[in-house]
Amino acid sequence: MTSVLTPGSSGPSGAPRGSATPASHHRAAAVPTAAPSDLTPSTSGPAHPAPGASAPTTPPANPTSSSPDREVQALHRGRLGARRRRRNVLWALLLAGPNLVLLLVFVYRPLLQSFYLSTLQWNLGSPVARPVGLGNYVEWFTAPTTGRVVTTTLVFTLATVGGAMVLGLGLALLLNRRLRGRGVARTVAFAPYVLSGFAVGILWLFMFDPRYGLVQELLGWVGVASPQWYTQRPWPLVMIVVVYLWKNLGYVALIYLAGLQSVPQDLKDAAALDGASSARTLRSIVLPLLTPTTFFLVVTMLLASLQSFDIIKAMTQGGPLGSTTTLMYSIYEESFVNGRAGYASAVATVLFLVLLAVTAVQMRFIQRKVHYA
Amino acid sequence: MSAVAPARPETAPATPAVLAPRPSGAPRARRRALQPGGYLALVLATVVLGAPLAWMVLASMKTPAELYTVPLQWLPGSVNLDNYAQAADSIPLGRLLLNSVGITVVGAGLKVALGLTCAYALVFLDFPFKKVVFGLVIATLMIPPQITIIPNYTLVASLGWLNTYQGILVPGLASAFGTFLFRQHFLTLPRSILEAAELDGAGHWRKLWRFVVPMSTPTLAAVALVSVVTEWNDYLWPFLVIDRPDKMTLPVGLTLLQNTDGMTNWGVLLAATVVVTLPILVVFLVLQRRLVAGLTAGAVTG
Repeated sequence: MTSVLTPGSSGPSGAPRGSATPASHHRAAAVPTAAPSDLTPSTSGPAHPAPGASAPTTPPANPTSSSPDREVQALHRGRLGARRRRRNVLWALLLAGPNLVLLLVFVYRPLLQSFYLSTLQWNLGSPVARPVGLGNYVEWFTAPTTGRVVTTTLVFTLATVGGAMVLGLGLALLLNRRLRGRGVARTVAFAPYVLSGFAVGILWLFMFDPRYGLVQELLGWVGVASPQWYTQRPWPLVMIVVVYLWKNLGYVALIYLAGLQSVPQDLKDAAALDGASSARTLRSIVLPLLTPTTFFLVVTMLLASLQSFDIIKAMTQGGPLGSTTTLMYSIYEESFVNGRAGYASAVATVLFLVLLAVTAVQMRFIQRKVHYA
Repeated sequence: MSAVAPARPETAPATPAVLAPRPSGAPRARRRALQPGGYLALVLATVVLGAPLAWMVLASMKTPAELYTVPLQWLPGSVNLDNYAQAADSIPLGRLLLNSVGITVVGAGLKVALGLTCAYALVFLDFPFKKVVFGLVIATLMIPPQITIIPNYTLVASLGWLNTYQGILVPGLASAFGTFLFRQHFLTLPRSILEAAELDGAGHWRKLWRFVVPMSTPTLAAVALVSVVTEWNDYLWPFLVIDRPDKMTLPVGLTLLQNTDGMTNWGVLLAATVVVTLPILVVFLVLQRRLVAGLTAGAVTG
């Protein structure tokens, strides 16, 4: 990186006048820069135009790296003095302030308030609240329905995450082959991911219609009688898992596809020369190299799956008899159907801690991976 | 499983590319011999994954007689939009569409603006507690929106914002994801250009709009498109805040239709479902590359 002796760092004296020309050079360069970096989504783009643009102005001795550059900047800053710094703070307030205020008011304030609410016996909209300490948590841990909710959440999460990983990898392997029309398949596979979860739920409710649905028709073709999808356990849960998989499969496949395409071809060739079967190559070379991708996807899918709501609301409303009520859905039900906002806040805190634990694991892993890289 | 077995030819077609001089006769023959399985799997996957959407569109044009026959009727007798008209009678479909478009455009626009300006400040400005601010923004990515819902609902209710557009919009405006993506991109921009602009007398406002924004169009498009998709599809929050039909967004209106017409009238319900999904589907098909880049952006860091 023979980076750019910038006009800013070209010396304390006479800088403004001297760089009037290069600045206009730069501006001329700035517009065309936008075009190529448009075309390449990779982040490597912008490094190129800068040296080119500043080439005429840079003195020969400029193999400076970033650290002297920074020193000069620091000098520069010191010279600018307090007035400039005050202006900077004003600009920062103006530019970052609105976003920060919104975050504080609508994310951090409710986060803390939620912890507080979880210690109250309080109904939504009610003026009276009674502090109960950890009573809500005790109630949740001892409630007869909690076991069922936790089991449902576990089954739903494991089935959706596991299913999405396996099917997504399979789809990615298929899309990675040089087949004509794979672009169409990729588009079709990814499309459900961008659609409204609630609309998807409605659409699939019709697919699963016990009499006129497409699913019972297809099952009929292979001679299987359609189960009572809407009413008979465990089929409502199965139904929701299927819909969730359909909606998220394309995302998993696309991320895996990106991972597959970064597996070095010579490794696969070498394995093939050594006589490894394709299954063996997949197991011993490709899958190990995909471990970071797999880990990322498992975490992402876990977080998304634990928070899923729209599909359940559209299809089963948590029923029948609570057989599709996940932790997330029970928060909604307790707070906005039963009105028990204090208790629901306690359940929300439990969910928050679970999600936080998942994220913490991810953080540690990412840090470790940086060492590998 | 079907995908595992055919993985073999995948190495075959790639080989000629690596060993360019080799005449490609043998691998080519092998590839042709083994492709049918691959194509079969590809077609099967496409049909299975695409069928529900096709089925939805077809069913939305069927008359009740065509919908409720026991050997299923695959195609509607004609392009019949009665179901759409009937859906528009049951719920104010045009109004909902307008609400959804308005909220999506305003919400996504503001989100992009907030993320853009915040990231600019974080990258190009020096100010006290900058690291703290950055930490606060990034940590938001780990806070699930669900935990904020009850307190935010209480706040919005006490402000008298239930059944208002600002009630839907404002609590979700804060941009963490957008700020993060913009920041990542800004860090790659050549500083020299901005410093030159500064010496040329450009203030921050001018630097932002004349230099940073034109150099950030791919990120801008990705953030904007992701915001459009999330705003349009957002369900739980608008569902809680709105119960007056004239203020509803399309997905919430679908709930209303589901409750009034129930499962007895599939054609009408599916017509409304098409209205909810089609606009985003079109956006996706037209701007697929940018949208996918945005939606999968989180993975690139890994």
